[in-house]
Amino acid sequence: MTQTALTSAPEPGSLPVGPTPAGKRFRGLRRFLAPIRQAHGMPKAMLWTGGIITALLALTAILAPLIAPYSFDAYQSGGHQFPKQGHPSGTHLFGTTVQNFDVLSRVVYGARTALEVMILAVVFSLILGVLLGLLAGYLGGWLDRILVLVMDALFAFPYLLLAIVAGFMLSGIIGGGVVTAALSITIVYIPQYFRVVRSSALSAREQVYVEAARAMGAKPSTIVRKYLFGNVIQSVPVIATMNAGDAISTLAGLGFLGLGIQPTEAAEWGYDLQRAIDDVNSGMWWTALYPGLAIVLAILGFTLLGEGLNDVYNPTIRRRRIIRAVLPVPTARKRLHEAAGNGGGTGSTTGDNGKAGTTSETGTTPEEGDGQ
Amino acid sequence: MSAHVTSPEPAPAGTADTSRPVLSVRDLRVWYGTPRGPVRAVDSVDFDVRPGETLGLVGESGCGKSTLGRGVLGLAPEGAAVDGEVNFRGTNLVSLSKKQLQELRGPELGLIFQEPMTRLNPLMRISEHFAETLKTHEPGLTKDQVRERALEALRGMGIPPSRYHNYPHEFSGGMRQRIMIALALVLRPAFVVADEPTTALDVLVEAQIIRILADLRRNFDTALVLITHNLGIVAEACDRVAVMYAGRIVEQGDAREVFARPQHPYTQELLRSTISLSTTGLHYIPGAPPDLVEPPTGCRFHPRCPKAMKVCAAVEPPDVLLNSGSTSACWHQAQNIAGAIPPEHATDGREPLALAEEISVADEA
Amino acid sequence: MPTKPDTAAASTARDGAEAGEPLIEIEDLKVHFGLGGGGLSRLTGRGAGTVKAVDGVDLTLRKGEVLGLVGESGSGKTTLGRTLLGLNRPTGGHIRYRGLDLAGLSERRMRPMRRELQMVFQDPHASLNPVMDIRTAVGHPLEIHGLAASEEERDAKVVEALERVGLHPAEQFLDKYPSDLSGGQKQRAVLARAIIADPRLLVADEPISMLDMSVRAKILQLMLDLRDDLGLTFVYVTHDLASAKYFCDRIAIMYLGRIVELGTTDEVFAEPRHPYTRALLAAIPEPDPERAVTRNLPRGEVPDAARPPAGCSFHPRCAAALSACGWEARDLRTYLERRWLTLEPDDWARERDLLGDLTGLDTPGLLEAVLRPGRGGTAEDVLALLERLREEDADGEAPEPFWRGVTALELRDGAVRLAFAEPADPRLLPVAGAGTTVACHLHDPARSAAVPPQTPASA
Repeated sequence: MTQTALTSAPEPGSLPVGPTPAGKRFRGLRRFLAPIRQAHGMPKAMLWTGGIITALLALTAILAPLIAPYSFDAYQSGGHQFPKQGHPSGTHLFGTTVQNFDVLSRVVYGARTALEVMILAVVFSLILGVLLGLLAGYLGGWLDRILVLVMDALFAFPYLLLAIVAGFMLSGIIGGGVVTAALSITIVYIPQYFRVVRSSALSAREQVYVEAARAMGAKPSTIVRKYLFGNVIQSVPVIATMNAGDAISTLAGLGFLGLGIQPTEAAEWGYDLQRAIDDVNSGMWWTALYPGLAIVLAILGFTLLGEGLNDVYNPTIRRRRIIRAVLPVPTARKRLHEAAGNGGGTGSTTGDNGKAGTTSETGTTPEEGDGQ
Repeated sequence: MSAHVTSPEPAPAGTADTSRPVLSVRDLRVWYGTPRGPVRAVDSVDFDVRPGETLGLVGESGCGKSTLGRGVLGLAPEGAAVDGEVNFRGTNLVSLSKKQLQELRGPELGLIFQEPMTRLNPLMRISEHFAETLKTHEPGLTKDQVRERALEALRGMGIPPSRYHNYPHEFSGGMRQRIMIALALVLRPAFVVADEPTTALDVLVEAQIIRILADLRRNFDTALVLITHNLGIVAEACDRVAVMYAGRIVEQGDAREVFARPQHPYTQELLRSTISLSTTGLHYIPGAPPDLVEPPTGCRFHPRCPKAMKVCAAVEPPDVLLNSGSTSACWHQAQNIAGAIPPEHATDGREPLALAEEISVADEA
Repeated sequence: MPTKPDTAAASTARDGAEAGEPLIEIEDLKVHFGLGGGGLSRLTGRGAGTVKAVDGVDLTLRKGEVLGLVGESGSGKTTLGRTLLGLNRPTGGHIRYRGLDLAGLSERRMRPMRRELQMVFQDPHASLNPVMDIRTAVGHPLEIHGLAASEEERDAKVVEALERVGLHPAEQFLDKYPSDLSGGQKQRAVLARAIIADPRLLVADEPISMLDMSVRAKILQLMLDLRDDLGLTFVYVTHDLASAKYFCDRIAIMYLGRIVELGTTDEVFAEPRHPYTRALLAAIPEPDPERAVTRNLPRGEVPDAARPPAGCSFHPRCAAALSACGWEARDLRTYLERRWLTLEPDDWARERDLLGDLTGLDTPGLLEAVLRPGRGGTAEDVLALLERLREEDADGEAPEPFWRGVTALELRDGAVRLAFAEPADPRLLPVAGAGTTVACHLHDPARSAAVPPQTPASA
């Protein structure tokens, strides 16, 4: 038995007559964010922790020039060369590397690189994956078959290997840089969006509202834009957040293998980590610890955020919170006997008198019983 | 099925036995928790079902009829609060543990669902379904006895014995529903709830199933609660009817009596708004059923009631046992009983309630 | 029968056209669906086949009328409604509308036509895009067909349409999402969307069956108002005869892809001719304690549309079927199985053993059934049993129509052979002295003279 009709019972007057511009504009966003506001328990904790870590990461990346004491590729300051493999000290809080770079500055600028690559990669793969998924899902036929084949082939590859191959090929064409790294990671993640979007498009295509749109005379392109897109896109933010963490680890992996961004172009944690391998053996912990920690934190932040969002949005995982109802003391119902033309004593209350005294006879004591 | 009504005891005083209710519900409440507060899906409901009797439970969606049907069997959803009394042969089902209820379900209490296909395992033959059900609750049965019992139950439902070893997908929708009914009845439960058993079926098949259910009460001692939104089905297959509105039973009584002379305004309005072959004009109830988190004060139907009086909005009407044998929870019947209307409403309580505003379509269901 | 509101207002159709003038002419329309022959269907022995969802329908829709397509599931009523809008591609036949044959139009050329031909679906909740607000949803047909120059114009038209369907005040609904509305309100919004582009035809597919009893009448009334105010022509697809009786001017009763009876509502309800129509009418449970559903319900259920019965599709369930109605071998199995329901277990076991395996009879279209005796006896025993059954069932209280189709029952090569009469498809023929047309041999003057007098079951 559904209660939807009841819970959505409109209250005339409570709604503004005529839309307020702001209300209209943010209506969709508010609907989208509503599950987040209603999150609780474990998903809520994950959302918050992940959100805070991600926000700090973003802040660090944006404010990198202000936070970092030096530039990421500086090996000297004011004509004074940095020490080689210097211990953490007052001037170099996290110490310096074998290339005389300041570790703190590298780590802080590394956040910027990671975020740039991550955003580019996620945006590219999202756009391409969603577009191809929509087309394949709605149109079907040979296009769908070919795309599924290609995507499955991509999916079957070990992702790092795929990124390496892509990075290798791309760096030959456009050189090594942030965009190259982003593009090689993009290829890895397109299949994920494609698969999810295609399957939701496939099921959305069978919905009555799509049929209704067809019956209205809508063109396929209109149907895809107006009827499929909005319904299919809902699972995408969750994947995007989950992929963000993954993208950072892939970038670090590429950097670690020396296939990512050149150290002179941008600071990159994976590269730094790789350079620090030899240091660890000689007891220099700082060159490896800080970039490593940064990688772990960044991935943790995005993963928590993604898992939290997944719990909140994914209906198969989302378990409805059980709110226990608490019953107020019952009110006895009055039971009377109709007696033809006879008044007086025939009206008798046969309810439970002990309980009847405790609550009012209207039986509508508004008790909030939604506590645990 | 008629062939096997040989109950072990001939029941010397048969009348005394059948007049005692097999299931008696008193002040049953089932409330769900929601973020906005508890939903009073079933709110203080009383009814009795006697052996061999069919009680029709009718109401619109959201009135709590399904919740009531499940609540009686101890199948209220998780988190729901249940209190009151469901007296089944001297035991209060509300106070039983989950395990105790589980043991009663099947041999004593049965449930027939709306969607037959989802309740049959597609990988199991019909014979295996019966074997499993019978062996679980009556482990002493031999293979031949299982087969005999199952075939007898199936025959009562019009399933040819030659189909006994078929799989569920080899049957049509109506046949599957009959198999479900046979599965529920093969253990000979004393009390069965059928929740919209014909909703998913075609008109003619629905009529066939109604016939089967109607025959059931004659040939069998099973007490049946038939939940439906279709008043025609109640008139066809039920001895008594209970009309639910907003979590309460507003009227109950002999089906013929209630349909011929409905007493509660909601029953009257519901009957009038039903489109039947004899409909000559369209009629509908204005407004929508109330939000059961905050139901209206007084009578829950008063905001939509064409006959509402001032007392209806203020005081909850009592259940009035009418001389016809029906019960109606309405002030129109209660007002004639001396002392029923509380003194503070004695002077103006009978005045018609001026509705504050016309109920607009904006509020319709 | 004064069960109808005054239909005079409906005659004020647009374009100065008179009511009664044909709007759409359907000629021998066929919609067949191919079944994918997957591994499962091969395993179960049912090869890939064709479902003749609509199989040769002739129908004329007149301007301003409400035509009811009534039938059970599998009758093809929904497919027929959808095909009118080109949502299903016809396999054959013609749909003539304004000098065009819609049956042959490509999807691209069909699209502009859909401004004039609109559809309302059964589930109001599912037919609205959950992420589109009411303003956009209801106004979308305007956008699709370029009927609103500006957003203001569109909003004004949306408000007008919403008010017209009773969603008042309309401003309150513009920014709501479908999930904010109740079932009745959603169906009103769907109706608003259907009428906003000023269509001529509205195909309403079970528009009230998912709504609550107390709301159904409101939506039905609204559709009547829309017909009267806008001069709409309605095709009302339903399984609910009661609402069809109230709402429709004419009714087409469909069974397994064909129209079996067609006539004005008054006539069809006053004197149903086809046994199926009679059965449907008798099976409706009414909230009237004085009227009980007949005990003489048709047997069985709607057959598998991929393997329809020969001749008249209804014959296996028809108590009045004649020899030419299409009896075939599988009907023998159904007959025997039905008989076994009445037997004591021992008797059944004996007959089962005697008759052996009957699955061979299941092939559709067999006009000859060969029964080889099972373990329990000889061919003579089988013949004796069948002859006894024929004697018992062919006449008497409730004559078994199956035996009317049996032309031969004999021993041949150690088996019992049954032959069946050549089946004949009943054609939709006008009933003499009435406005209805019926596809039933009982009402075919050329046949009914040659058959034993019928006692059509009392309705």
